[in-house]
Amino acid sequence: MNQNLPFLHPGRVEKLDDALARRILVLDGAMGTMLQQHELDETGYRGERFACGCDMQHAHDHAGEHADARGCERDLKGDNDLLSLTHPEIIRDIHAAYLDAGADFVETNTFNSTSISQADYALQHLVHELNREGARLARAACDTAEAKTPDRPRFAIGVLGPTSRTASLSPDVNNPGFRNVDFDELENAYADATRGLVEGGADIVMVETIFDTLNAKAALSGIARVFDELGGRLPIMISGTITDRSGRTLSGQTAEAFWYSVAHARPLSIGLNCALGAKDLRQHIEALARVADCAVSAHPNAGLPNALGGYDETPEEMARTLGEFARDGLLNIVGGCCGTTPAHIAAIAEAVRDVLPRGLPSTRFKAA
Amino acid sequence: MNEQPRYTRLSGLEPLVITPETLFVNIGERTNVTGSARFKKLIKEDRYDEAVEVARQQVENGAQILDVNMDEGLLDSEAAMVKFLRLIAAEPDIARIPVMVDSSKWSVIEAGLKCLQGKGVVNSISLKEGEEKFLDEARKILRYGAATVVMAFDEQGQADTVARRLEICERSYKLLTEKVGFPPEDIIFDSNIFPIATGIEEHADNAVNFIEAAKELKKRFPHSHLSGGVSNVSFSFRGNNAVREAIHCVFLYHAIKAGMDMGIVNAGALAIYDDLDPELRERVEDVVLNRRPDATERLMEIAERHKGGSQDKDDGNKLAWRELPVAKRLEHALVHGIDQFVVEDTEEVRKQSTRTLDVIEGPLMDGMNVVGDLFGAGKMFLPQVVKSARVMKKAVAYLLPYMEEEKKRSGETSKSNGKIVMATVKGDVHDIGKNIVGVVLACNNFDVVDLGVMVPAQKILDTAIAEHADMIGVSGLITPSLEEMAHVAKEMKRQDFRIPLLIGGATTSRAHTALKIEPNYETACVWVKDASRAVGVAQTLVSKELVDGFLAKVRAEYAEVRERHRNRGPAKRLVSLKDARANGAKFDWENYTPPTPAQTGITVFDDIPITELLKVTDWTPFFQAWELHGHYPAILGDPVVGAQATELFDDAQKILKKVVDEKWLRAKAVIGFWPASRVGDDIELRNGAETVMLHHLRQQADKPVERPNLCLADFVAPQETGVQDWIGGFAVTAGLGIEEHLDRFHKDNDDYSAIILKALADRMAEALAEWMHREVRTKHWGYAPDEALSNEDLIAEKWRGVRPAPGYPACPDHTEKATLFRLLDATNNADIELTEGFSMYPAAAVSGWYFSHPDSQYFVVGKLTKDQVEDYARRKGWTLAEAERWLSANLDYDPD
Repeated sequence: MNQNLPFLHPGRVEKLDDALARRILVLDGAMGTMLQQHELDETGYRGERFACGCDMQHAHDHAGEHADARGCERDLKGDNDLLSLTHPEIIRDIHAAYLDAGADFVETNTFNSTSISQADYALQHLVHELNREGARLARAACDTAEAKTPDRPRFAIGVLGPTSRTASLSPDVNNPGFRNVDFDELENAYADATRGLVEGGADIVMVETIFDTLNAKAALSGIARVFDELGGRLPIMISGTITDRSGRTLSGQTAEAFWYSVAHARPLSIGLNCALGAKDLRQHIEALARVADCAVSAHPNAGLPNALGGYDETPEEMARTLGEFARDGLLNIVGGCCGTTPAHIAAIAEAVRDVLPRGLPSTRFKAA
Repeated sequence: MNEQPRYTRLSGLEPLVITPETLFVNIGERTNVTGSARFKKLIKEDRYDEAVEVARQQVENGAQILDVNMDEGLLDSEAAMVKFLRLIAAEPDIARIPVMVDSSKWSVIEAGLKCLQGKGVVNSISLKEGEEKFLDEARKILRYGAATVVMAFDEQGQADTVARRLEICERSYKLLTEKVGFPPEDIIFDSNIFPIATGIEEHADNAVNFIEAAKELKKRFPHSHLSGGVSNVSFSFRGNNAVREAIHCVFLYHAIKAGMDMGIVNAGALAIYDDLDPELRERVEDVVLNRRPDATERLMEIAERHKGGSQDKDDGNKLAWRELPVAKRLEHALVHGIDQFVVEDTEEVRKQSTRTLDVIEGPLMDGMNVVGDLFGAGKMFLPQVVKSARVMKKAVAYLLPYMEEEKKRSGETSKSNGKIVMATVKGDVHDIGKNIVGVVLACNNFDVVDLGVMVPAQKILDTAIAEHADMIGVSGLITPSLEEMAHVAKEMKRQDFRIPLLIGGATTSRAHTALKIEPNYETACVWVKDASRAVGVAQTLVSKELVDGFLAKVRAEYAEVRERHRNRGPAKRLVSLKDARANGAKFDWENYTPPTPAQTGITVFDDIPITELLKVTDWTPFFQAWELHGHYPAILGDPVVGAQATELFDDAQKILKKVVDEKWLRAKAVIGFWPASRVGDDIELRNGAETVMLHHLRQQADKPVERPNLCLADFVAPQETGVQDWIGGFAVTAGLGIEEHLDRFHKDNDDYSAIILKALADRMAEALAEWMHREVRTKHWGYAPDEALSNEDLIAEKWRGVRPAPGYPACPDHTEKATLFRLLDATNNADIELTEGFSMYPAAAVSGWYFSHPDSQYFVVGKLTKDQVEDYARRKGWTLAEAERWLSANLDYDPD
């Protein structure tokens, strides 16, 4: 897929390749956990731009259009991605905190920045802007960190989340053939998001927290379409989610079947994140490490959620488990998902610092 | 370490890696409208449920990839492809394997690819319409992530010689790998299998040419694969499946040796080369390899003789077990729960046996022992065992008249493991679990005398004596049944019984049995956790060697439980009733106006459509009823119980369809709203001129300051505030009319279906309660007219207001149901009766109160101190002993 296209940022890809060959690279941790500490209310989420109810900027440009579709009537609290626009300083600080903790990558605050997910807030019109600004903030944070330690490149990963719908599963138990989203809708939504991420300067795009592989395949197809339009490409990372101890994705696939379903995208890395804590993830990471001919990543949650929906695994516990993964040669990229903090990332970075990365086929990625 | 070999790596829910050791990949062909008349008919008649079953059979028969083709002139092929692929995506045992999207129209292939989460295969693309289209399609396939079949077809036509095959394949390969970057391992050549023995001389070398080309193709493109539609080769023998299968077999034998490594075949009907009749094999081989000029004639000569030797194609190997000796056939039928042939097989054994009893004690019991072993080893699950029992029952029912006859002549009786008298105790109507236990015991050769539901203690005991029972089993679901079980135990002691008493049911527990039941009957009292333990316990109890040791162990265990209970520290400190009341929930009634119901008084709903209820059904408890644990729908894909859960769910859906189509069940409901105010821990309700008191209990746990000690009365405005508040009540059932269908199933010895139907009715009743509550919130009380919640949200209870049921944790006193029923006149209005134990009949019923306060919530009253029980007794007009009896499960002290 697009293997014949040149990279949009060949210099960065070279640095990335070089770093991957030499050490285990570290992803950042959770965005949501960090945002919770700010205890923002509805007013906080709306910021100045949405204070009067509607999108002030949009209202001027499109006077007379339907008021409902512009973020007027729905509560915006909980739309974390919106904070890239209304409180960019908070997002910037979180990126900085993770980079200071030792992360090589920061993930953009764009987990829900697709037209499908933003429809919950009637903010579909912001999709391009959310992705572009999300990528800008992440790249700017990397630039600041690189200025401090020029020998250590940092990378902004443009995140494409799973959306709130699934193309392989029926939401109606009595009608297994029913779908509330199809491949084309997903592909278009992901293509829109990708354009914004690329424009904002993302170094990599990552399709993550995949619980339905068909959604991911639509995302990969949308990404490929955008790369064709641009005449250039970015490295792609792919990360799925094993939903529970059944060892399958929500849509029913094993880790190995999941990899074969997305391998055609020739990604930089394949991995798993979210849902399970590190301990429970191990056997599935092992399965991927056995069959994948690209880098392998893991960014688990800080354990399983407790009774209150929080996460209890301490930085030390998580670092100990992921350190074992690393020493057993399973990992190229490691980080955290729900419930992890800069303290977790610092501990993980420390635990894998002197461990050799899982061996990669020498020609694999450069040739790709 | 991570240089991966160039293997073809496909996937459905599970991976399929084709390695050099993979001799041959079977591609199931029966889900193809061009190849199967039956499948075509099913699709054209929109019978997709059955069409899905064809796919399932292909997988069961060993298909490793499923070929799906909807190319039929009268069909909207794209829509049919999408519909079918989405339906099989919901069947974990089908979706397990990769799909081959088969069409001559690119638009159908593309529509299909957009439905596959796994890596499938396209069948096919070719150079027929030029390079541009070929390359464009190949690029898209790569983007969708699939492998592809390439037909040896170009602008000039289809390749039929060895040279043309090689030429077109070579050109296709180069274009794909060099211009598109297509991985060689994802290319599958179909170099055209043409018919032989057609009588036309030019066709004589068709198979030979394919085989020769295969050798060369494999040599030139070692990473790619060679496939083809095998049934084409025998086209001239259509109508003679035996000969066709022999031709397929011989053709594949040679083609596979030449390098063919995939093929579209009827996965169930592949013969084994060595098993072919030698004469037939030789003559087929002459034709396939074109070894002599008269080969076709010689095959024609013997073809008629072999006709009809084969099985029905669509059933394939499914029926191969019918060829086994009769004892093995019975075993197979029992293990797989197939009742189709059981009567004829039973008859066959009976004719060979000297005594009818030998049929049961011989092959049937042997089969059931296999079932028992598999069940014990965790290789079979409860629903399968119940299906096995259905088969057993049918066989036994068939034999019964013969045995009666013989008994009259000889006076002999059958020898069972032992006899158990079972019942749901007085006042309780819940029997799903008890029925499952009964069936499981019966299929382990216990005689089960099932007295049904609401059985008084004396009737149980009298039956046990009359039947010379070896043990008694009692069951119940609601809390008052615990008391009744203790009563049964007391009576057994008083009447000097010696046989063991087994205790089971959802509210029973080891602790309760040890503390409250066993002391009443020390002889032998055993709590049985679930149906899967019942057999082990029952077998131990009838074993002379094991029984004493086992009972001694149980007694010691219960004594220890009692000891621990006596010595337990103040694990959960309780506060006095006074302090609990002082810490009740407090609301700002001055600034709150309770909503007025849009409709006061009683409203009756007659005949609510079951289809409405299906939209809000929570299926997870349905599986729990069968001891399959996990959440729906994830449980259907569970690695351990997924297959069983799926099969059970499918069976349930079939019954459900009948329930809906043939209106087996009727759903009724009654609701009412009355002005109400709080008076202490009670709620005073005004029903016209009459004042009615609803009595409630308050939590007494020692709580942190910010958490109140709740009582349902807290959610209603206190009388002294003068605020006008309301309370609602409801009673619903979805079980009306169930009896005749249960009776029919029982007559048919089909406990499996009977239990499914009961469990379905329970689900429908729960769904009705949920549905009714939403109607109440949005319309009848109407305080949340705009509420829009998904089914998931409904199950997660994300709305305003609660509907607690008397007898459940927030209001544990079952007797309050009497007041509720009187207010609603539920027996007349909804046809629900209340038993003396305050259990509802039909059992598929739910009743409770509606509270509307935004902060109203579900909670557990939990343990009560004596001061609250005394206070409650006074309010109810009970003696302390009465209160202690009805609240026994909540007492924090031992009453004397």
